Amino acid sequence: MAASLSSVMPATGAALFFRRLFRRKLVLAAAIILLIAIVAALFAALITPFDPGAMRVARRLRAPDGVNWFGTDELGRDVFSRIIWGGRASLGIGAAVVIFSVSIGGLLGLLAGYFRRLDAVIMRIVDALMALPDILLAIFLVAVLGASAFNVILALAIVYTPRVIRVVRASTLVVRELPFVEAARALGVSLHRILFVHVLLNVASPILVQATFIFAYAVLAEAGLSFLGAGVPPDIPTWGTMIASGQQYADRAFWVVLFPGLAIVLVALSLQILGDGLRDMLDPKLRKAL
Amino acid sequence: MESAPLLEITDLSVTFRGEAGESTPVRGVSLSVNANETHAVVGESGSGKSVTSLAVMGLLPKASSRISGGAIRYRRRDGLTSDLAHASDGEMRRLRGAEIAMIFQEPMTSLNPVLTIGEQIAEAVRLHLGYDRARAKARAVEMLALVEIPDAARRADDYPHHMSGGMRQRAMIALAMSCNPALLIADEPTTALDVTIQAQVLKLIDRLRLETGMGVLFITHNLGVVAEIANRVSVFYAGEVVESAEKRPLFHAPRHPYTRALLDCLPARAKRDENNRRILNPIPGQVAPVKAGCGFAPRCVHARAWCHEVAPALEAEDGRVIRCHRWQEVA
Amino acid sequence: MLKVIARRAFGLAIVLAIVGAMVFFLTRLAPGDPAALMLGDQASAEDIAKLRETYGLDRPVLVQFGLWLKEVFSGNLGHSIFLQRPVTQALAERAEPTFFLAVFSLLIAACIGIPAGIASAVWRGRMADQAISGFAMLAANIPSFWLGLIFIQIFSVRLGLFPVAGYGSPDAGLLERLRHLLLPASVLGIVNSALITRFTRASMLDVLDADFVRTARAKGLPERKVILRHAFGNALVPIVTVLGLTLALLIGGAIVTETVFGLPGIGNLVVSAVLRRDYPVIQGALLVVAAIYVLINLAIDVLYTLIDPRVRM
Repeated sequence: MAASLSSVMPATGAALFFRRLFRRKLVLAAAIILLIAIVAALFAALITPFDPGAMRVARRLRAPDGVNWFGTDELGRDVFSRIIWGGRASLGIGAAVVIFSVSIGGLLGLLAGYFRRLDAVIMRIVDALMALPDILLAIFLVAVLGASAFNVILALAIVYTPRVIRVVRASTLVVRELPFVEAARALGVSLHRILFVHVLLNVASPILVQATFIFAYAVLAEAGLSFLGAGVPPDIPTWGTMIASGQQYADRAFWVVLFPGLAIVLVALSLQILGDGLRDMLDPKLRKAL
Repeated sequence: MESAPLLEITDLSVTFRGEAGESTPVRGVSLSVNANETHAVVGESGSGKSVTSLAVMGLLPKASSRISGGAIRYRRRDGLTSDLAHASDGEMRRLRGAEIAMIFQEPMTSLNPVLTIGEQIAEAVRLHLGYDRARAKARAVEMLALVEIPDAARRADDYPHHMSGGMRQRAMIALAMSCNPALLIADEPTTALDVTIQAQVLKLIDRLRLETGMGVLFITHNLGVVAEIANRVSVFYAGEVVESAEKRPLFHAPRHPYTRALLDCLPARAKRDENNRRILNPIPGQVAPVKAGCGFAPRCVHARAWCHEVAPALEAEDGRVIRCHRWQEVA
Repeated sequence: MLKVIARRAFGLAIVLAIVGAMVFFLTRLAPGDPAALMLGDQASAEDIAKLRETYGLDRPVLVQFGLWLKEVFSGNLGHSIFLQRPVTQALAERAEPTFFLAVFSLLIAACIGIPAGIASAVWRGRMADQAISGFAMLAANIPSFWLGLIFIQIFSVRLGLFPVAGYGSPDAGLLERLRHLLLPASVLGIVNSALITRFTRASMLDVLDADFVRTARAKGLPERKVILRHAFGNALVPIVTVLGLTLALLIGGAIVTETVFGLPGIGNLVVSAVLRRDYPVIQGALLVVAAIYVLINLAIDVLYTLIDPRVRM
C-alpha cells in the first residue's frame, strides 16, 4: 500500500494514476457521468432552460416533450431544470457529508489507532453507532437537531463517521508497525508530525476509497430522509423531495418520480463503480474480496 | 512385463495459459505403471511431475490449462482401455475415486474441515460402490482400521482438526483406498510429515500395494523415499523425462548427468564419495522455457556447445531410457 | 467457547448501554422543554410542571439518566402522550408487520444473493460473473422507496396484481398478509441481495481453490456436490454473518419501505413519531432496534459453533 501510494500521489504520477484508474472502461464512464453531474450542479443557472421554481399551472403534469424534456410536475415546473438544481442540493449535501465525516473520522481514527486508551473509548462509541441502521439513526438525529439542510448534513456525517474511523484505525494500526514510522520515531520526529504526515499519507488511499462510498451512501440517505419529510424542507428541490412531492401523481405522470430516481441511481452507481475502481487500483489484495 | 501396463502415458504435453502467455510445463512425457508396481517420479518442484499426475486425474484447471498432446491410456477394470487425455467429464468422474485414487501432499488442508473423517470416506463409498448409509459407515471404519488408525470406530466421528498430520494422511489413504482403486497416485504424500511418520506411511502404502495388487504412481522430490518404495523410477527435469529405469540400475549406475548429480547430493553417498563429491550447479536464475537444446544444459557440468543447440532424444538401452547427448562418454 | 460467547455478550451489553446513553443525552439536545414536547402544543403550564416532576426533569441530568435507566431495565420505555399508551405497547402492536417484512425480505434476498454469489464465483471472470456483479452493484444503489413506487405503479396500479398499500384488514389471514407483503419484501429483497451476493462470491472464491475441494473432485464427486456440499459448506460462516446483519438492518432499516407501502410497522411508527416529535417513542424504538441488533449478533456467534466444528469445544 505504501509503495503504490508513493508512486501514485506525487504530481508527476498524476497521469499514471488516471491512466491506471481508467484502464477499465466502466470506471472511466462512471467518472465522466460524475463529472457531468458535478459541472451541471455547479453551473445549474447556465444550463437549466427554466427557473426551477417557476410554476405554469396551465402546463402542469405535461409528459416529456421538446419544451420540457423530462415533463412538468404538479405545479407545472420543469422537471429537467429541477433535477439539475436538485443535483446541486443533493450532491452538495453529499459532498459536505463526505468532508465532515472524513475529516472528523480521519482524526478520530488516527487517534484511536495510535493511543490505546482512546481506542477503547472511541471504538465502543463506534460500535454503538453502528448498532443502529443508517436511516434510523439519521432520522433520530434530524428529529433531535431539527429538519434543515445543515442538520441533514450533520446527521449523515455522524452516521458515516464511524465507517471512516474503522478504516483509518485499521490502517493506522498496520502503518504504525511499519519500519519507517519506527525509524522516524527513533530519529526524534515529534509525535504529531509522525501522526499527521507519515501515517496520514499512508492511510490516504483507504480514506479516498471510503470517501467515494460515503458520497454514494449520503446521496441515497439524503433522498430517503427528504422523502420521509424528515430531511431537507420540501421547498428546496432535491432528488428526494422531488420524488416525495411527486409520488401521489405517479399514476398519472410517472416522469415526476422516474427521472429524479434515475438521477439518484446514476450518481450513486457511478460513485460506487469509481470507488471500486480506486480500491482495485490502490489495493490489489482486495480485488478478489468485496 | 507379462501383460499390458495399467497406465501408459505417451508423449504427454500440458499447456498453461497465463498472464505472461503460454507455457508448457510438461513436454512429451512418457511413462507407464504396471499393476502391483510402484513407479516413482522424481524431480524438483516445477519439473512437471505434479502436473502430470493431475493430468492423469483429469484435475487440471480447465480455465487455464489443456492437454496439448499425447495420450494417457488406462486399462480399466472391465478390460477396455480409456484415453484419459481425451475422456469425457462423466467418464473421468466414474474412474476418479473408484479406479484411480489420489493422495495429496498437504494432509492438513486436503480434508474437508466441516465433515467428519467417516462422512468423507462414506461419501466416496456410497457414490462408487452404491452402499447404503450404514454399510458405508461400516466401510469407513474398516478402512480406518486398515490404515492402522487405533480405535477406528471412534475416530470415524472425528473432524480433521482433531487429528495429527500423520493421522490425517492415514485417513487420506483410507479415503483413497476405500473403493479398491486399481491405480493410486500419491503426490508427495510424506513431504509434510516427520521422518518417523514418513517411514510408517511409506510402509503402509507399500503394504496396501502388496495386498491389493494396485499400481502406484509415486511423486516425490526425495530420492531417499524413492529408494525405499519404488520399483521403477522416472527422473523429471524441466517438464521432460530425462532418465527412466528400474530402481537398482538407476541407483547403482545412473546414466544421466542430472540423475548422477541428484544422487551425489544424497548424504550417504556424499560421505562415501567425499573426495570427488559433485555438487549440483545452482539453478541459473529462473528455469526458463527452453527454446532449443537440452533443458538441463545450463546446469550441466558436462555440457558442450551442441547440448545448448540440439535437444537430445530419448535413447533406450537395457530396459532404461536416457535423454542425453553425452551419457555414454560421461558414464 | 462459552467463555468467548460470554465475553461477546458483555461487549454487546456495553454497546447497548452506550446506545441508551446516546439516545438519552441526544434527546436532551432537542430544542425546547422535553416535558412541553412530550405533552404537545395544547398542554397547560400546570400539566407541564406536573410532568416535569413525575419524570424528574427538574433534577440534575445525570440523576435523570439514572432514573431513566432504572425504568428501562424494569421494562418501561416511557409513555406516549400522542398515542395514549405505553411505548412498549405501541411498539408491540407494530412489531408484527415489521418482523414478517424483515424475515420475508431476508428470505428473498438470500434466495437471490446466495445462488447468484455461488454462480458468480464458480464462473469467475466470465459473462455470468460480470452480469451478476453488475446487477448486485445496481441493486445496492437503487433507493428502496423509489423502487417501491415503481413496483407499485407496475404491479399494483397497472397490472392490479397486488394491493397498492397497507396490511389488509386486522382479521385477515396469513395468505392475505403475504399478498400485502410480497411487493415490499421484493423491493427490500432485491436491494439487500447485493451485499449477500458479494459476500457469497468472495467467500466461495476463498474456498474453491482449497485443497479439500480438490480432494472432493479426486473422489469423483459430481461438480454440483463438490460446490454445494464441500465448497459452500465451508463458505457458510461469513455468509451466515451477512445474513444475520442483513436481518438486523432490515428490522430497523425498513422505515422508508414501510412508509411507501403504508405498512403499519415500527418504521412507520418512528416516522410519525419524528414528525410529531414524540421522543419517548423514538427513544424506545431505537433501544429496541439496537437490542435486536445485539441479540442477532449473539445468535450469529452461537450459530458459528453449530456450523464450524473447529469452533466447537
